[in-house]
Formats: sequence, structure tokens, C-alpha cells
Amino acid sequence: MKGTENSQVAVPALGFRQSMTGLHTWAGLALGWVLYFIFLTGTAGYFDTEIDRWMQPELPAPQIDLPAADTVTVLLARLQREAPAAERWFITLPADRNTPYPQFFWQGASSSSSRLTVDATSGEAFTARDTGGGQLLYQMHWRLHYLPRSLSNPVVGFATLFMLVALITGVIIHKKIFRDFFTFRPGKGRRAWQDAHTALGVVALPFHLMITYSGLILLGFSLMPLVVAAYYGTDPKGRQQFIADAFDPPGLLEPAGVAAPLAPLGPMIATAERRWGEGRILFIDIRHPGDRNARVLFHENTDDSVSTGREQLVFDGASGALLHTQPPSATATANSAAKGARDLLIGLHEGLFAPPLLRWLYFFSGLLGSAMAASGLVLWTIKRRQQTARRAGGPGAGLLLVERLNAGVVAGLPIGIAAYFWANRLLPLDLADRAGWEVHAMFLAWLAMLIHAALRPPARSWAEQFAIAAGAFGLLPLLNLFTSDSHLGQSLAAGDWTFAGFDLTTLGFGLAFAWAARRLWQAPETARQYSPRTAMGESL
Amino acid sequence: MELTGWRLLALAAPALLGGYALATASGIFLVGLLPVPLGEAVLAGNLLGFACYAVAVIWVFALRRPVRAWLQLLLASGILAASGLLLRGQLL
Repeated sequence: MKGTENSQVAVPALGFRQSMTGLHTWAGLALGWVLYFIFLTGTAGYFDTEIDRWMQPELPAPQIDLPAADTVTVLLARLQREAPAAERWFITLPADRNTPYPQFFWQGASSSSSRLTVDATSGEAFTARDTGGGQLLYQMHWRLHYLPRSLSNPVVGFATLFMLVALITGVIIHKKIFRDFFTFRPGKGRRAWQDAHTALGVVALPFHLMITYSGLILLGFSLMPLVVAAYYGTDPKGRQQFIADAFDPPGLLEPAGVAAPLAPLGPMIATAERRWGEGRILFIDIRHPGDRNARVLFHENTDDSVSTGREQLVFDGASGALLHTQPPSATATANSAAKGARDLLIGLHEGLFAPPLLRWLYFFSGLLGSAMAASGLVLWTIKRRQQTARRAGGPGAGLLLVERLNAGVVAGLPIGIAAYFWANRLLPLDLADRAGWEVHAMFLAWLAMLIHAALRPPARSWAEQFAIAAGAFGLLPLLNLFTSDSHLGQSLAAGDWTFAGFDLTTLGFGLAFAWAARRLWQAPETARQYSPRTAMGESL
Repeated sequence: MELTGWRLLALAAPALLGGYALATASGIFLVGLLPVPLGEAVLAGNLLGFACYAVAVIWVFALRRPVRAWLQLLLASGILAASGLLLRGQLL
């Protein structure tokens, strides 16, 4: 930038697309690394329960075939014993891949429990290693793990917003989007990166737009609280009223303060299963158990629809009578179009409905998103290198910083994730806060990679970190062989695709990283991009 | 000419903060406009506010005039929020 007078004159002359390029670059660079983290950990989340299984190999087979009535009896007994005065009991039944074992939590007037996974036959927690599992890994993509919600929500919210802006401006910049999609000029340094970045963005553009907008919706109330506050006030009471207005089915009452025993759930379960089919009750939500105004809400499994808003049945908790049938939220008979749209977007985001093939498509789309963010960051450094080469003087501090951060984040984060799996199998079982240390291992490994990238020349650190990643992922099946009975020899023979799938996928990642490392190590092309002389030669 | 330093910051501020104001105000306006129960209208306002945010950010960068962007965004936000609340009878 030279002189404010000049720039003031030049302002109107700037083209729209040029402005959009500036915005795209700025939005992408400002939050590109956070977006890469969100994309990658979120992508792992499409196999969250499979990762859960691998990280607790001692657990029994999924309990999805047990009769719902038996499981509910066991869980109710535990809730009655543990939280008789709770305002709400919430039971998740083992129904399919998403919930292999029953879970419950309760909310009381003064305290509440976290969600507990238990054995359907005993109601007690399983004796298994302490781990955060795939759930913790997937939750990182919006909780950022070490940050409090008050901080992670706005960070992730604005990162998602920048993503939306980057997507829209990206489409504007590349108005010849379909021609660009079929353009790939490999081996030409900057152009190849440009083409790769564009293709990665375009090929999964519908996925990127969907995942970004629905991500905003998921954070909607914390990101834009004033829309709710403008009509319901800022106190918790008003907020509760809004949630009741917007989400609860009709027929719910405040507690009467008169005790009445909870009606047996057996007949209600029978009614629900007659409607939906056996084993298709997902949640049982009991409001004010033991009160005359108790209500029991049954939620249908979401496995046969994209939307998360399936049919609900509302029973009188004292008499056991069916009071109300709430139709699925995304149908014409539902009473709220906004809730229908929201449930549909959230269903698309979470992909809980997805059968295996579609689940893999989600996974690859997520990887494409991660690669899009990564290639954009790399592209910025390559363009900047070329500009630096044309001008006098060395590369600026900003360029050096971004180059080093790129290697440490793009290659370093996957290594951190692999370290999370290694820690799961190698940490002593009786270690205090074992689950916490698994995560510390992930971030310590990542930190080591960031330091490594800061110390080595970028071209070298990429190759070296890819080599480390190749070992870290490729050897996981071997680690599984030595630390569990569910190794490939066993899982393939038994057709256990949860374990076999995990091992084969990590093996695939290991091979891919090995290929990338080998290519970077041998071919001087990549190193050339970082050499000012060749970059200049290319531009002449 | 590139967007760097103070020029970038001068545009980023109205894009982020002014865009936020416009998104929230659009949400509030939509709640007032929609002839559906309040809970559902608030949900709809929240759903669509983010689209307005993205549009506002892009508009600020296309305009490239920080002061004008601030003025127009804040004026539009004020009008939208006030008329939304008026339509639901919250201001009277």
C-alpha cells in the first residue's frame, strides 16, 4: 500500500471480484487453521461410535437387540434409587449404530447428572478403561476442548461465519466454476495449488454450504441471543419459556406439587412399538416423575429420516393415558415450519440417519473440506512467495509465520489425533484422570509438531511430519494387535466391521501419508516453490 | 492494490460488528413480520439472521467505504429492529 491519497482515488476503480478476492483471502487466512481443526475433528465425528468401540475394546457387543421394556425397567430402577426428586429423567435406548448401549441423565431442582452409559442388563456402568472416546474427539470440533463454552461458542461461531463468507466469495471469484472444476494443471506449482483448492471447494460445495449454515444454526442461540432476548427478555425464565414455546410438544404442565406414583411404562412402550415397530423407541423423556402432572415423552428413532424431528408421543405420567401425538417436524402436518427446517438442517449436519455408504460419503466430504482449508492456506504462502521474489528484500515475518504454522497445523494435527489413539492403548489403566491425559497426549504431540515446524525449513518439515504421520497411523493396527483381542485377524474373520473398519482406515491414512512423504522427499518440485529463484523464473 | 493493515481493519470492523447488528435486527424484524406463534417466529428469525450477516459482510467489502458502511448498516439495523418490535407490539 503506497500513500493514502492514491488509494482513496483508486477505491471506486476496484472491481467487485477484486474486492471479493481480498475478502476471501482475509476471511480464509484469519480463521483458516481453526476451520481446519473444526473440519478434521468434525469429520472424525462421523465415525464417533465406531471410534468409541475401538477405544473401549473390552466392552460387550452392542445391546441393540434387547427388549425395550426390560432395559427401561432396569434403568428406571436406577433413576428411582439415585434421583427420586429429579425434575426430569431422560433415557436413551440402544436402538442402532448411534446408541449401542443405553444412556441416561437426570436434571434436578438443584443438581443434575451428566449422561451416563450403562449396561442394559444391570443398569451399572461398564468396567472399562477411562476414555473420552470418539465422542470427545467429535465434540472438540465445536467445544475446542480446553476453552470454556463462553469462549469456544463465539470462536467457533465466527469461524463458521467466516467459512460461509469464504464460500460465497469463493463462488463469486470463480464465476467460471464448472470450467474451473475440470481444470487441473498438475506439477505447475502455484497453478496446481490454485486448481486443487478450487476443485476441492467446488466438488463438495453443496456439502460445504450445508455443513456451514447448519453449523451456524446449531450455535444460533448463543451466537445471536438478542433475537430471543428481544421478545422473551434476558432472564433464564424467559429463555425457558422460549424453549418450551419453540420445542416442546403441547400438553406439558408445571408440577402440581401433589405426589402420584409414575404409571407403569410397559403399556406406553407397547403403544409406541405398535406404532413405530419394535426397537424403534429412541428416547424416553420423563418430566416431573412422581408428580400428578408428570408427562412421559416418547421419541421415535430418527434412522429412517434425515430430519432429527421424528414423531413424539406424550403420555400422562400419572394415568398412563396417551394425550397427544406430535407428528414429525419436517412434514406438512407439523405445526411449525421453522422447527421443521431447523430439524432438517441439524439432521443433515449430524448425519445420524446415514447408512454406511452415505456415512463414508460424509466422511470424504469432510476430508475434502479439511483439504480445502489446508490448500487455501498453502496457496496463500505460495502466492506470497512469488510476490516476495519479484520485489526487493526477503520474505516478511507474516509469510514465515504462516508457512511454519501451515506445516505444524496441517500435518501436525493428524499426528495429534493419532497420538490420542496411541495414548488410549498405552496409558496405564489406573492412571488418575486417564481420559484427560489421552487428550493431553493429543495436544502435546501437536505442540511438538508445531515446535518442529518452527525450527525446520518448511519444505523439510512437511516431508518429515508426513513421515511421522505415516508411522503414527499405519502402525495403529499393529498396536491394536498387541493391546486387544479385536485385531484385524480376528475382526476380519468375524466380520466385525467396526474394528476392521477402524484398523483398515488408519492403515489407509498411513499409506497415504507415506506416499505424500515420499513424494515430498524425492521430488524437488515442492521445495522449488519455496525457492525465490525458481518462483521468479516461473513468473517470467 | 491490496487490502492490508488499517484499510483492512477499517472494513473488517463494520463488516463484523455492523453485520452482526444487521443480522440480529433482521432476525428481530422477521419475528415481527411473520404471522405465526411467537416461539416459531423467533426460531425462524434466528435461522435466517445468519444469511443477512453473510450478505452484510460481502456488501461492506464491495462498497469499500468504511464510514458509509457503518452509517448505512446501523441505520438499517435501527429501522429493522424498531419496526419488528412495533409489529409485535413490544414497544407500545
